Amino acid sequence: MIRIVLPPHLRTLARVDGEVELSVAGPITQRSVLDAVEAKYPMLRGTMRDHVTQLRRPLVRFFACGEDLSHESPDTPLPDAVAKGSEPFVIIGAIAGG
Amino acid sequence: MSSVRILVGTRKGAFILIADGARKRWKVSGPHFAGWEIYHMKGSPVAPDRIYASQTSGWFGQIIQRSDDGGKTWNTPGSGPEELRSADGMPKGESNKFVYDGVPGTHQWYDGTQHPWEFKRVWHLEPSLNDPEHVYAGVEDAALFESRDGGKSWRELSGLRKHDTGPKWQPGAGGMCLHTILIDPKNPQRISVAISAAGAFRTDDGGATWKPINRGLRSQYIPDPTAEVGHCVHRIAMHPSRPDTLFMQKHWDVMRSDDGGDSWREVSGNLPSDFGFPIDVHAHEPETIYVVPIKSDSEHYPPSGRLRVYRSRSGGNEWEALTKGLPQRNCYVNVLRDAMSVDSLEPCGIYFGTTGGQVYASANGGDTWKPIVRDLPAVLSVEVQTLP
Repeated sequence: MIRIVLPPHLRTLARVDGEVELSVAGPITQRSVLDAVEAKYPMLRGTMRDHVTQLRRPLVRFFACGEDLSHESPDTPLPDAVAKGSEPFVIIGAIAGG
Repeated sequence: MSSVRILVGTRKGAFILIADGARKRWKVSGPHFAGWEIYHMKGSPVAPDRIYASQTSGWFGQIIQRSDDGGKTWNTPGSGPEELRSADGMPKGESNKFVYDGVPGTHQWYDGTQHPWEFKRVWHLEPSLNDPEHVYAGVEDAALFESRDGGKSWRELSGLRKHDTGPKWQPGAGGMCLHTILIDPKNPQRISVAISAAGAFRTDDGGATWKPINRGLRSQYIPDPTAEVGHCVHRIAMHPSRPDTLFMQKHWDVMRSDDGGDSWREVSGNLPSDFGFPIDVHAHEPETIYVVPIKSDSEHYPPSGRLRVYRSRSGGNEWEALTKGLPQRNCYVNVLRDAMSVDSLEPCGIYFGTTGGQVYASANGGDTWKPIVRDLPAVLSVEVQTLP
């Protein structure tokens, strides 16, 4: 199972508490994980990446294993620890403002 | 006994204020969608417990919410429990998918260059007058969308954005938003809209084709003050019994049309300032209108720090200040364009919200005012439902 941490506002929107665990078929990548999240929680479509271009929204970031993966290709395999479920794939709303 | 339900959108969530017909004791619920900007909420005229809400965020984009029980519970359309088990398999999750029709093209940017149309948010939701599943959405960058399936999916009525003048439209300080949608109750094929800062437009064929309706507007701050488009229209109001009479609060100037917008004349009269945002019409007196004068476009607060609603009982030109119950010193709030509404009780109730978080109510046509709440986040919109 892949562990996913959603930002608080998206947890509210999806009506989930804490981490989400999903089974993801095939290679474990940003794209396949986000596809699985959106399939289970369709109300999140368009909130993390654009409906049409599938590009990450500018103020949404992806982290795993202490690394910022936001600028990685969506088809790059995620770290083994994420694929094995020992570390979560973390989606956050960028800290902006002052 | 009749009751009143006020739908308040704020910078940090939605609030619902409910009172019986006496309009003295209010029950406040919220915040709904806490932390999100709620640009607008509006109920269906034929199914008042069906309410649509525009929820938006710089981080996570646009969300459309829908309630079918008067605001007690909400769902993003198409993702309710029954829809998650649909025969089609995966729900589409397209209630927030606003995609311009075809190649979006460009409009004028602040520096005079051309800039691509980019969807940002829904400013205004206008439910159809006769079908609760049918709702219009006015969006930034300016365009008109409609849903005929209760908000599950949206399509652009692109004849508006593709009007020949589209490349000349430009954003106002608040963005290039389509903020006013008026459906003619006598002829639903006729819809008038207003865009900052392009002006007003009208369709007579249900949205297929549009024409600018800005003749008579004069805006000194644009290169051609009487241009066909480019006017910063802040709000238009209409009484349902007289759909050919429109009242407009322009950036500067309060205007009136008696021919559906084909021509306008100024009715600012003796207002202390003719800058402002909202304008509304009394529910039972089509010639009684309300505005909130604001000092100027760079000083967005009431003149002299005195919050005054102005009422004209003659359809403009002669105005009286309504001050009883409103702060008359040290008041420096603004009242935004969608933040005034009326009920249809007798006497007519008038309501408005401020950027300081107050929602004021008058249960006597504006003669006296009281705050219902004082400390909400900045109020973006106020809509009132009169319930049987």
